[in-house]
Amino acid sequence: MPTQLAHIESVSRSGATVAASEFPLFDELNATIAHFDHSPKALIQVLHRAQELFGYLREDVIDHVSRELRLPVSKINGVIGFYSFFSRVPQGKHTVTVCMGTACYVRGADQLVRGLNKLLGVEPGDTTSDGRYSVRCARCVGACGLAPVLVIDDDVHGNVQTARLKNVVRQYK
Amino acid sequence: MNTAELKQWGEREAKGLSLRLAASPNPPAVDSDVIGHRREVLVCVGGACISCGAEKVAARFQDRIEAMNLEVDVRLVATGCVGCCDLGVVVQVLPDDVLYRRVTEKDVDAVVQSHLVDGDIVESLLHQPEGQATPYRNAAEMPFFKYQQKIVLENSGVIDPERIDEYVALEGYAALAKALTELQPEQVVEEVKTSGLRGRGGGGFSVGMKWSMLASAPGDHKHVICNADEGDPGAFMDRSVLESDPHRVLEGMLLAGFATGASHGVIYVRAEYPLAIKRLQLAIDQAREHNLLGENILDSSFAFEIEIRVGAGAFVCGEETALIASVEGQRGQPSPRPPYPTQSGLNREPSMINNVETFANIPPIIRRGGAWYAAIGTEKSTGTKVFALAGAITNTGLVEVPMGTTLRTLVFDVGGGVPNGRTFKAAQTGGPSGGCIPAEHLDTPLDFDSLQALGSIMGSGGLIVMDETSCMVDVARFFMDFCVDESCGKCPPCRVGTYQMLHMLEKICEGRAGEDELERMESLADVVSTASLCGLGMTAPNPVLSTMRHFRAEYDAHILDHRCPAGVCRKLLTFSILEDQCTGCSLCARNCPVDVIHKFDDRKQFWIDTTDCIHCGQCFDVCRFDAVLKE
Repeated sequence: MPTQLAHIESVSRSGATVAASEFPLFDELNATIAHFDHSPKALIQVLHRAQELFGYLREDVIDHVSRELRLPVSKINGVIGFYSFFSRVPQGKHTVTVCMGTACYVRGADQLVRGLNKLLGVEPGDTTSDGRYSVRCARCVGACGLAPVLVIDDDVHGNVQTARLKNVVRQYK
Repeated sequence: MNTAELKQWGEREAKGLSLRLAASPNPPAVDSDVIGHRREVLVCVGGACISCGAEKVAARFQDRIEAMNLEVDVRLVATGCVGCCDLGVVVQVLPDDVLYRRVTEKDVDAVVQSHLVDGDIVESLLHQPEGQATPYRNAAEMPFFKYQQKIVLENSGVIDPERIDEYVALEGYAALAKALTELQPEQVVEEVKTSGLRGRGGGGFSVGMKWSMLASAPGDHKHVICNADEGDPGAFMDRSVLESDPHRVLEGMLLAGFATGASHGVIYVRAEYPLAIKRLQLAIDQAREHNLLGENILDSSFAFEIEIRVGAGAFVCGEETALIASVEGQRGQPSPRPPYPTQSGLNREPSMINNVETFANIPPIIRRGGAWYAAIGTEKSTGTKVFALAGAITNTGLVEVPMGTTLRTLVFDVGGGVPNGRTFKAAQTGGPSGGCIPAEHLDTPLDFDSLQALGSIMGSGGLIVMDETSCMVDVARFFMDFCVDESCGKCPPCRVGTYQMLHMLEKICEGRAGEDELERMESLADVVSTASLCGLGMTAPNPVLSTMRHFRAEYDAHILDHRCPAGVCRKLLTFSILEDQCTGCSLCARNCPVDVIHKFDDRKQFWIDTTDCIHCGQCFDVCRFDAVLKE
């Protein structure tokens, strides 16, 4: 990599333009790709890593994966679209997930969704305009004993009452 | 390491675990010289307890134990899930055999000082449900545990899931050693057949049969796949097994590999279970380090490798062919069978898929013999089943009971009945592929065939209890909504059929349905279940059909009377304000999105103008004085 270019943008090995600050991220992604021997069968595992590193699946990241795994972009987009875990749009700083499993539903998860809508002004699947919270619904997080359940980032909050929603969410700034 | 060394290792470790061995449900035969610590504090760090702050509790215990110089006497152990998830954080003290519930960081100092130093039990932390005269001192006294028989969960809540030594101490990998030294692969398959074990993932197919199909398939490369993509909403037993006893699943897979001639294993686990993934990876690394995975396992000629593949959130991937597609990095869409995976599966090579609980049953079956297992449960459904109790039930959590236990025992004796003075209405089993069982069938034994006869299925073991506040039409709509969302879209009967059924159910819930709606829905259900390619579509109509069968009156009330007896379907409700309860706080009026709540001119109370009401229920939700009536 020519040093005089490093502070602006550079061309990665795969041909995409990359900001210098992201070199380490691409290096890590490449390490995962190498771990799986550039096998197209590892696509889902590679996309998991990419989303972990970049926050969401950006177009240039998908291009990069496409070249490294020798898979057409159309095929990768097909996979991304199929699985609910992958996102092609930036996520908020915190992800607020309402569990909509049967146990949570029976114990009032839909009230939590309405409560969040009132509190943050967004529907599930959207991000607040200040980019702080993304709200989504999950099928079941497997904490049915604590229903209804709210997961914020990696923390599980059990037995959440709509009245206490504000206190729970506002802990995450 | 060879088998003799494994045995020695186990015996050595067992001495350090003597306190817990005495309390174990199936204590192995070892001499119990008390060596090591005089007392052990077991803190549950299962998924539910962690979200109640178990890690902080454990850290505080460690802190206090060190600060008070108790390390020689007392050992802190972080165990897997104890099962009574609503009582988290659960802390047990051995050998005094005391179970503390809902322990917070603040309670730790009291337990350490009072119990560990002075020897006095902290009464306020014992479990004492309403109406119980004296508090329960330990798990054995609690009805929640009394009816259980633990085989799959025998180590859960007993051992530290992150330490292989503790698994080995409780006869871990002994079944593998037995198979490698004493048995031929065919004998292992035979033993599983004798046990009568049926697949715990939902279908209930004979496990021994599946194993012999893979064993007889031609080819050098065969795969054993563990389905840990527990997608049924309301089921969390696989998560708990993976988090509490990961080595048991590895050992089950190793035995499957030995019995069928496979050398490669894959665990397909949900991305939603990060802790399970972490503990599995740790277990795999430890097993590899101790020559229990890799080449020449326990100095035999047997070789086996296991890798983890993380799913990405698609319910249909629980279906065998879709799961294989997903492991191969593709969209998880099922393909027609035959060829069955045992003929052409992963990489077009013979493969076999069992779920987590199935594999977890294998080590005890090989250790104690198939006949021992077959004697438990009923004739056609042998062994035990783990159920996840959730919903409107007092004791939520994981329970393991012999097959054939009645629903009544499970809900009322183990589960403690329905809380808040409400009554039992139905139990939902089998998730979106299952059905609802009404109160008149409470005495049904829970086994594969009895549930099927009632129009439900065993499924993976989620059991959700509903009381009179749940509307059965709304429940059917909820599951259909799930199936619409999760249908992979490959075949139209499922993709279009479920969508149309959802619309019909929505019409019923909103009181717009005609009198022939149920008839039309029934005939569409028939098409969807007959013509769909995979299990998702074939079983998608089950929740609708079973609720129609057992709760016909409720459907009729929606369609004919435009009334929702449970008060759930908002479009059919009318809201009014009870004048004598209303304090005039105006909270409802301020929250009403269409401004139809007004103050009386001559008094402080409010009233609702129902002509323009959109039935959103905001007023009911926000009222702090129960003054809003919905009917």
